[in-house]
Amino acid sequence: MAEPLLSAEGLTKAYGGVRACAEVELALAPGELRAVIGPNGAGKTTLTGLLAGELRPDAGRIRFAGREIQGLDAAARARAGIGRSYQITSLFPRFTALENARLAVQVASGHSFGFRRAAARDRRLAARAEALLGEVGLEARAAVPVGDLAHGEQRQLEIALALAGRPRLLLLDEPTAGMAPEESRAMVALLQRLRGGVTILLVEHDMDAVFALADRITVLVGGRVLATDRPDAIRANAEVQAAYLGQDGGDGAETAPC
Amino acid sequence: MARLAREHGAGLLLGLAFALWPALAAALGLEWSLELAARILIYALAAGALNLVLGYGGLVSFGHAAFFGAGAYVVAILAYHDMVLGPVAIAGLEIPGTSDAWIAFPLAVLVAGLLALVIGALSLRTNGLYFIMITLAFAQMIYYLFVSLPDYGGEDGLSLFARSSLRPLELDDNLAFYYLCLGLLALLLAAKALVVRARFGWALMGIRDNERRMTALGLPTFRYKLAAFVLSGAVTGLAGALIANLTEFVSPAFLSWPVSGELLVMVILGGIGRLYGPLYGATALLLLEFALKEWSEHWQLALGPILILVVLFARGGLAGLRRPRGAGHG
Amino acid sequence: MVSPLLLLEQTLNGLQFGVMLFLIAAGLTLVLGIMNLVNLAHGSLYMVGAFVCAWAARESGSFLIGLIAALPATAAVAVVVELLVVRRLYARDHLDQVLATFGLILFFNEATKMIWGARPLRLDLPAFLNGTVEILPGAPYPAFRLTVIGVGLAVALGLYLLVARTRLGMLIRAGASNREMVSALGVDIDRLYTLVFALGAALTALAGALAGPIYAVEIGMGETVLIPVFVVIVIGGIGSIRGAFVAALLVGLTFVLGRAFLPGLFELFLGPSAASTLGSALSAMAIYILMAAVLIWRPRGLFPPHG
Repeated sequence: MAEPLLSAEGLTKAYGGVRACAEVELALAPGELRAVIGPNGAGKTTLTGLLAGELRPDAGRIRFAGREIQGLDAAARARAGIGRSYQITSLFPRFTALENARLAVQVASGHSFGFRRAAARDRRLAARAEALLGEVGLEARAAVPVGDLAHGEQRQLEIALALAGRPRLLLLDEPTAGMAPEESRAMVALLQRLRGGVTILLVEHDMDAVFALADRITVLVGGRVLATDRPDAIRANAEVQAAYLGQDGGDGAETAPC
Repeated sequence: MARLAREHGAGLLLGLAFALWPALAAALGLEWSLELAARILIYALAAGALNLVLGYGGLVSFGHAAFFGAGAYVVAILAYHDMVLGPVAIAGLEIPGTSDAWIAFPLAVLVAGLLALVIGALSLRTNGLYFIMITLAFAQMIYYLFVSLPDYGGEDGLSLFARSSLRPLELDDNLAFYYLCLGLLALLLAAKALVVRARFGWALMGIRDNERRMTALGLPTFRYKLAAFVLSGAVTGLAGALIANLTEFVSPAFLSWPVSGELLVMVILGGIGRLYGPLYGATALLLLEFALKEWSEHWQLALGPILILVVLFARGGLAGLRRPRGAGHG
Repeated sequence: MVSPLLLLEQTLNGLQFGVMLFLIAAGLTLVLGIMNLVNLAHGSLYMVGAFVCAWAARESGSFLIGLIAALPATAAVAVVVELLVVRRLYARDHLDQVLATFGLILFFNEATKMIWGARPLRLDLPAFLNGTVEILPGAPYPAFRLTVIGVGLAVALGLYLLVARTRLGMLIRAGASNREMVSALGVDIDRLYTLVFALGAALTALAGALAGPIYAVEIGMGETVLIPVFVVIVIGGIGSIRGAFVAALLVGLTFVLGRAFLPGLFELFLGPSAASTLGSALSAMAIYILMAAVLIWRPRGLFPPHG
């Protein structure tokens, strides 16, 4: 196997006495689409936060594209090629879809200390922003303020922003969260188009989406990696089934992979 | 064209009114009002500077009096050394004072900007409530510093013997000074209009609306906030240099926290994050204060509740009255 | 050289100032931590407490009666302010809170001036508190200041027990971290907030009443003290009573000892006039330098309540 694009070793993060992530090991091959699943409270969102640099690990190392990145802050990791989307839609609600995309493109261009020329008149920014909206299927909604977009469209825009920096790795935290089945299918189709071109780490509760998309699946339970394997092997894994069914309450149980 | 009229119409009209006011005041025998009008312009300049960080950057600075007062004191101290104390010896160099505005004003801007750099670098490590209280505390620190400097008048402050000289302009001429204030305000409003539409302004608005997302997109937000804070502080320092010249007197009162509060009120009253908001706000607040003072010596008894009512019921400020928007400010 | 007795005296002065800051800061930090409200007018409540105490003491001839009147009177004022204005601000952003409570300050200062006049009020101590106590042989110290230290420490202990041991304290702690949970417990959150606000006001009124005989009872006294109180809260960590206590003592000691000894300290290195200028300038800045140092080390204060 080629050197992984992203690898984590012994990644640990505790809140108070509770370890949200405990010695997590992870290795993503270039171009892979890796799903991370697990019951609520398994540490999935913490893991994304640690990889994106929004959280500081208590211990562990992260390598990305051949270098150690655990010392880099979130902005530096984004510039190094890690894009991310959020579980709870995180956009610029006062601005239109196009303005959101343009702002993301501007940041990705690495040059935001411009004081004279109106950003709205910058053709290069606009062209790339329009292309981004096209990639996620929002070109017709460019002039709509984000607050007026449907939830599914906001989730698509969320992906567009994550793509603005032409990342080599996308961290997607539940891209189908809160979506109607219709919208979910559109999102899966979008991710199908993206896969291969960019390495993706997909945290997801929607098992249909996970099994349709993932090359491999990592199962987190109680902050630990329970298993990492191909989808069919995960489906057959007795330990995984037990872990999911053993959880009471959490929505993980309702959407168990069996 | 229609867009231009919609965005700039009322602001330009008010600007035009200020431009014509001296002639009108002379015709009506209201020459005394020129001082009040100049004061409004100067406060509008400072409030406009505050609006850059507050309205566009979402940073609630409660310490802009520090930059306002610093600018004022730079002018006054230089003039004081020029007229009274004589040169300062620092490291064997004799540094003379000056009353030349060509030197004093840029220096006021520089000193206020540097002060903003230091205060900003410390306060911007925090956010929210901490930021408000820390900017307030640092401004008070500067206030107490000047109170404890007897050489520069301590609590009593310093009088200027004359306004600065800005050859070929004679600032002792009230009309020339008034138009200098108006010109600088127009210049800096125009500059701000450019900046907030340029990449820098978008970066700031992005930080205001969703700093976490801006970081995740790859923006090192701290340096943009700091740059905005320094620009804002520097321009506030220029306003301070002007106010020292208007009143020909500086005291720690210029550095005191009510000044920071008034600047915030002007921005809110005028409409936060609106280009002409600070001009509306400064005009409204200072005219209101003036009218209330005429009415009663206990004018603050009325002003306080008026402010509370504005906050509770008139969100969006005066600029928002014309074009109501659903979204509040953030 | 600094004499040990002078050092002891100034240290006690620092403690006395510190516990006063704590009395004011405790209510404010609770309101900040639980209701997420910046209340600039907290200093006004301190002023109201001081004025009511001074007035009632003058009318009745008894400082104790003044003290007893000040607490409920200020708490009542606070409840009215909470119901009329402050309650509408909890859900607003900090900027709105700053402006509205700035408006409250203008109102309170002017109203106080109209009621009691612009001149400072005098507050005389009862005889039994007016003397000095010999803390060490040959070292007399004002009995009243010792009393203030004692009252302050007692209140700090009481607050600790209240927050740690009682149902109200449990609600306060829960409210600081999870307001949904508190309302899920079936507690009337509006009443809880009013109660906390009034409790904070009573504490700050106590500080105001105790401050009367030491400092001037005058218009604007609330704002003078508000800033060091903010410094205390920032250093201690917003919402933390324990942080407020530690920081208040730190700030009190830094303030008093700095003012007393920094000029003399500089005289060891510099000429007397330069030393007195630099020393007084630096001592004026000392607590802010302390705050900056803490912030560089810990941007969210010494005892940040969340995470």
